[in-house]
Amino acid sequence: MYDGGLMNWPLVPQQFVTGILNGGTIGLIALGIVLIYKSSEVFNFAHGHLVMFGAFLTWWFTGGGAEPGAGLIDLPLWAAVIAALIVSMGIGLLIERFALRPMTGQPLLAIMLMTLGLAQLFEGATAVLFGVELKSNFPAPFSPSDVLIIPFPGAFGDAIRLKYTLVATFGVAVLAAVVFIWFFNSTKTGLAMRATAEDHEVARSVGIKVSRVFGLSWGIAGVIATLGGVLLATVSGVSLNLSTVALIAFPAILLGGLESLGGALLGGFAIGLVQALVQASRLIEVRNSSEIAPYLLLLVVLLIRPEGLFGQKRIERI
Amino acid sequence: MLRPAGDFDRSYEQDMALLRRPWHYWLLGISLLAAFTLPLWGDAYLVATANQIAYTIIAVQGLNILTGYTGQISLSQAAFMLVGGYASALLVIHAGLPFFIALPLAALAAGAIGLIFGLASLRVKGFYLAFATLAAQFIIPWLSRHTFKEYLGGANGAIEVPVPQLGGVNFGEVSNFFYISLVVLLITTILLFNVSRTRLGRAFVSVRDNDLAAELLGVNLFAYKLRAFFIAAMLAGLAGAIKAHSQRGVGTEFGYGLNESIIFLGMLVIGGLGTNLGPFLGVAFIVLLEDLSDLLGGVLAAAFPELSGQLLTSFRPIFFGVALMLFLIYEPRGLSHRWQLLRAGWRLRPFTR
Repeated sequence: MYDGGLMNWPLVPQQFVTGILNGGTIGLIALGIVLIYKSSEVFNFAHGHLVMFGAFLTWWFTGGGAEPGAGLIDLPLWAAVIAALIVSMGIGLLIERFALRPMTGQPLLAIMLMTLGLAQLFEGATAVLFGVELKSNFPAPFSPSDVLIIPFPGAFGDAIRLKYTLVATFGVAVLAAVVFIWFFNSTKTGLAMRATAEDHEVARSVGIKVSRVFGLSWGIAGVIATLGGVLLATVSGVSLNLSTVALIAFPAILLGGLESLGGALLGGFAIGLVQALVQASRLIEVRNSSEIAPYLLLLVVLLIRPEGLFGQKRIERI
Repeated sequence: MLRPAGDFDRSYEQDMALLRRPWHYWLLGISLLAAFTLPLWGDAYLVATANQIAYTIIAVQGLNILTGYTGQISLSQAAFMLVGGYASALLVIHAGLPFFIALPLAALAAGAIGLIFGLASLRVKGFYLAFATLAAQFIIPWLSRHTFKEYLGGANGAIEVPVPQLGGVNFGEVSNFFYISLVVLLITTILLFNVSRTRLGRAFVSVRDNDLAAELLGVNLFAYKLRAFFIAAMLAGLAGAIKAHSQRGVGTEFGYGLNESIIFLGMLVIGGLGTNLGPFLGVAFIVLLEDLSDLLGGVLAAAFPELSGQLLTSFRPIFFGVALMLFLIYEPRGLSHRWQLLRAGWRLRPFTR
């Protein structure tokens, strides 16, 4: 297959598109973390576990692997997703009220550890509620073998093959992200959230209830996480590994900048692209190098431009 | 420290003494006696648990220097343990060195790797630094799985580690090996007690409390942050080498993942950040809590055999997560602060409240 160059050129256009499509989901997951960070300056390390928990919830609502008709609850996929979204919104509200609100004013490390503790709790709770083994029977709307073929006349193998699942997840992810960014920028609630992100004191003085905004942003983050979880699950099945897969969102956030919603989405695309291009390059001869490439990129970003592409540079005073 | 009126030191030696009162000598003597005779009266399970507690304390002591004293959040302590474990194992297997020479060399190797990732600390801080260490926590185990397969065990994620020998004593039995962990722990504890109350420790604390102010006072930020990283990674390397030789294997198969790093941070916070007693209390608390959750999981798994797979694995993270969250909400200064309050209450009675 190889002709000795660094890149396996015939694969590049294919992987380029696949990377962008995967990046949509990563960007959507990253968006949920950035939202919470913007409104309450809490970096949510438990987001990956919310993603995983959401995927498990959806799987459970569709019948939980029982025989069709025999399960306690047996909803079609769309209804299961909606049910899981509602439950995860409730979970987000509960987390804010009982875990994060008592931590207001605590140092960074304490808040970070609180979210890490939450992550551990979710890890255990998911295992005890749903079991530890991989659920490969997630009811995806397309079978993984359905392929969309775009003719690509010329040198690159004449066509680009895209899995329908990837195209669909990309569509949903980007649609959700756009709706969400519109909500944040153009509705009254979204404006209240932006004001809170800017300055808590000032937001209070113009009559915004800051604690409600925090709750709301955690609720929305729960919804986004579950949506991301469903999208990841349609591609790779439901398992406890989804939380680790979702950690890929961290490099995306840092690349885009912690304060930028659009940056998170673009960062997601970039990370997806990097992973895919590593797969198309010579580097793939070292096994699983596409899994580590985002973290190497993360180190490079931290060393060159810690505030990310679209983040704000912070000025410190004593 | 709260002391009653009229209780003051009369000489410099008295002021600097670690053991100030008769009961300090008694407490230290009795606990040392109990620790050193443990293999004589404890059963194998107890000794193994004590051994695990001892080397985990060493790793958490390192994290305490970095996160507790210097305030640099680190999510990569377990990865540095892995470096130390591999370094010691490879030195023993391939260079033929005895374990007791490989151990300090492994600590230095881990310290050197720690310095590399510590370089990021000058550029970034806060959770940006946490991300840099998170990257280290992913990259180091990945390297151990996918590079130098003939030395590092490849994708199996494990190599076998020989049993240390000294004089005619074979340290294969955990009741013998326990003494290695115990002696190393004693040495690190004495060193760290003195680090925390000398120039180095005070510089660390000033970096934590306000790094810009510390720099204005003449603390070289870069040098001191790197020293903190070096000490932390070195102690992690020591702990990793001891763990590798006591488990007779090292690799990603034996843990050393992000989860372990998070648990170390949790132990530190539950014990008390920036206190010398903290690592002891926190590690003992969490290890006992893990045993308790295994016990409970076992009982429930026996009661519901069809769910045993999920019951056995899920109690540890649940208990740990809940304990960590409760401590952060109700006692963010940890168990050692409780201990301080208890002592102050005793000393100042009957004016405690």
